[in-house]
Amino acid sequence: MITSEKTPRETTEDPVMVDTATAPPAAPAGPTGPAGPGRRLTRRERRAWDEVPRWQLYVPLSLYLLFTLVPFYWMLLFALRPAGSSSLVPWPITLEHFDKVWNERSFALFFQNSLIVGVASLLMTTLVALAGGYALARFSFRIKRGFMLALLCSQFIPGALMLVPLFQIFAELRMINSLASVVIAETVFQLPLSMILISGFIKNVPYTLEEAAWVDGCSRFRAFCAVVLPLLRPGLIAVGSFAFVHSWNHFLFALMFLSDQDKQTIPVGLNTLMGADSVDLGALAAGGVIAAVPVVIVFAFIQKWLITGFSAGAVKG
Amino acid sequence: MAQDTAVAPPGRKPPPAGKPARRRTGTTTPRRLPYLLIAPAGLLMVGFIAYPVISVFYYSLQHYNPTKPWRNGFAGFDNYVKAFTEDPDFWRTLTFSFQWVFAEVTLQLLFGLALALIVNQTFIGRGVARAMVFSPWAVSGVLTSTIWLLLYNSQTGLTRYLADVGVGEHGTSWLSDPTTVFPAVVVAELWRGVPFFAILILADLQSIPKDLYEAAEVDGATRFQQFFHITLPHLKDAIILATLLRAVWEFNNVDLLYTLTGGGPAGETTTLPLRIAGIAVDSHDFGYASALTTVAFVILLFCSIVYLRLSKFGGEDK
Repeated sequence: MITSEKTPRETTEDPVMVDTATAPPAAPAGPTGPAGPGRRLTRRERRAWDEVPRWQLYVPLSLYLLFTLVPFYWMLLFALRPAGSSSLVPWPITLEHFDKVWNERSFALFFQNSLIVGVASLLMTTLVALAGGYALARFSFRIKRGFMLALLCSQFIPGALMLVPLFQIFAELRMINSLASVVIAETVFQLPLSMILISGFIKNVPYTLEEAAWVDGCSRFRAFCAVVLPLLRPGLIAVGSFAFVHSWNHFLFALMFLSDQDKQTIPVGLNTLMGADSVDLGALAAGGVIAAVPVVIVFAFIQKWLITGFSAGAVKG
Repeated sequence: MAQDTAVAPPGRKPPPAGKPARRRTGTTTPRRLPYLLIAPAGLLMVGFIAYPVISVFYYSLQHYNPTKPWRNGFAGFDNYVKAFTEDPDFWRTLTFSFQWVFAEVTLQLLFGLALALIVNQTFIGRGVARAMVFSPWAVSGVLTSTIWLLLYNSQTGLTRYLADVGVGEHGTSWLSDPTTVFPAVVVAELWRGVPFFAILILADLQSIPKDLYEAAEVDGATRFQQFFHITLPHLKDAIILATLLRAVWEFNNVDLLYTLTGGGPAGETTTLPLRIAGIAVDSHDFGYASALTTVAFVILLFCSIVYLRLSKFGGEDK
């Protein structure tokens, strides 16, 4: 089938020839060809193929939305309504639980620690994976196959089961109770997948673009920064936000490596709240909201990139 | 890196790609550049993945317990023998691990696939709907526990209202009743896990060339035929990869069970990794924990290879 995407558009010359295969003859009347009225027509045509009875779409979707959103609502409800209330609407709104959790249960501190761990892991993962991914995408060298295999195999190594040996290593390095231990552990377990993803993204950038920049006198490093890096933006956003969300959320490393109260992260704080003898549900819910806010913001921001980032070559390598 | 070469004026735009460029890899690149580039990643992985893996193997052959130093020493295969013959919990937790992984991966795949197909359609409010149904992707295991603990609370949870209309019983939490605890934890993990599959599958759905469907339409294929002959074969590799990664991940994942049930009631929801973590934290029998870790790792690797073989991953393309 003829599609107009790959052929260079000669808009003034003969638009009809380009478009006959996909659009009715009325379409190419506009000066901009396929971008103008033609597009609307093809979309309407698509609707005819796509047409699923609307109820088959909306009924399961609404049910699933209910399943997704009710738990979130339940948490908000407990966080915002006064203690002892059993109303199903958070009214009157109270912030007493947030005040308690933020100040008395030191979530302010946990929040700060989690933020440090998240941002540091993000930067470290992205930088190291960018360097390694570039090497994997652009060079062939002797240990490349072995290295790729090691990256893939490392996906099967259970992070949770590495707790004991990692603890011993960090103890020897005198890094127990320092946020750096968690940052390193998170980075290490994020690296393999990030590197595979990034090398896939770099492979999608034509090498000739870089070579052209060299001809212009750019060094390899400068050519990379000026030509490749801007094109990697969606991929880097996806990889970076994986790293951030993952380390913001991760629980066991922080639980194991950080024993001082003032070094703990939000998931550990939540676990402490849950483990208390009589659980303060309001405080727990407020803590949950605090834990959710940053990742929800990140998620809302990257949601679209996430899907394109994946399809840009993640799974297919 | 390569700053030693003459630097071009900043901000200069590269010429269009068509310009003939000579391969200058040999002149601008020292042969060791790729090694320098992978060195940071390589060092980190050797130090914090390879070395720990080797030490786990090593300790699995040792009696090693910091609280009982007088017993420490070479153990041969004692720890393995103990796991397979003396420890009833080993088989029980292993069985539960398989149940857990199977239930989670199957259900997540089915719901994720359905969800991806739905939000791949064109309808009003699609962007918002996508953002909302995918949002649990970003939520941690501990936060999931927090939320579902609130829902499953027997006094104030949503389950109390469900009991009012006849679903479940008053007064007992779903999490403390051995008959309901499994579905309860499965649903909680499902809530968080489905978006992962939905996102991956949606991304892959969008890479299916539209003209395939157009051609099928012209040939008079029904929607079901289109799904089974175009969509599913195209998604195959992505599904195999996603299920495998997810199975490994669910097997190893302890955050949710650790915080939601702690492996209870009465050990009903203890997976093998959860038990290993318990041994390491409570009884400090690192030698035995390492042996169980090794067994878990071998099982995972074996199952993954068998799975990839049976499913003929990537077979048809090449």
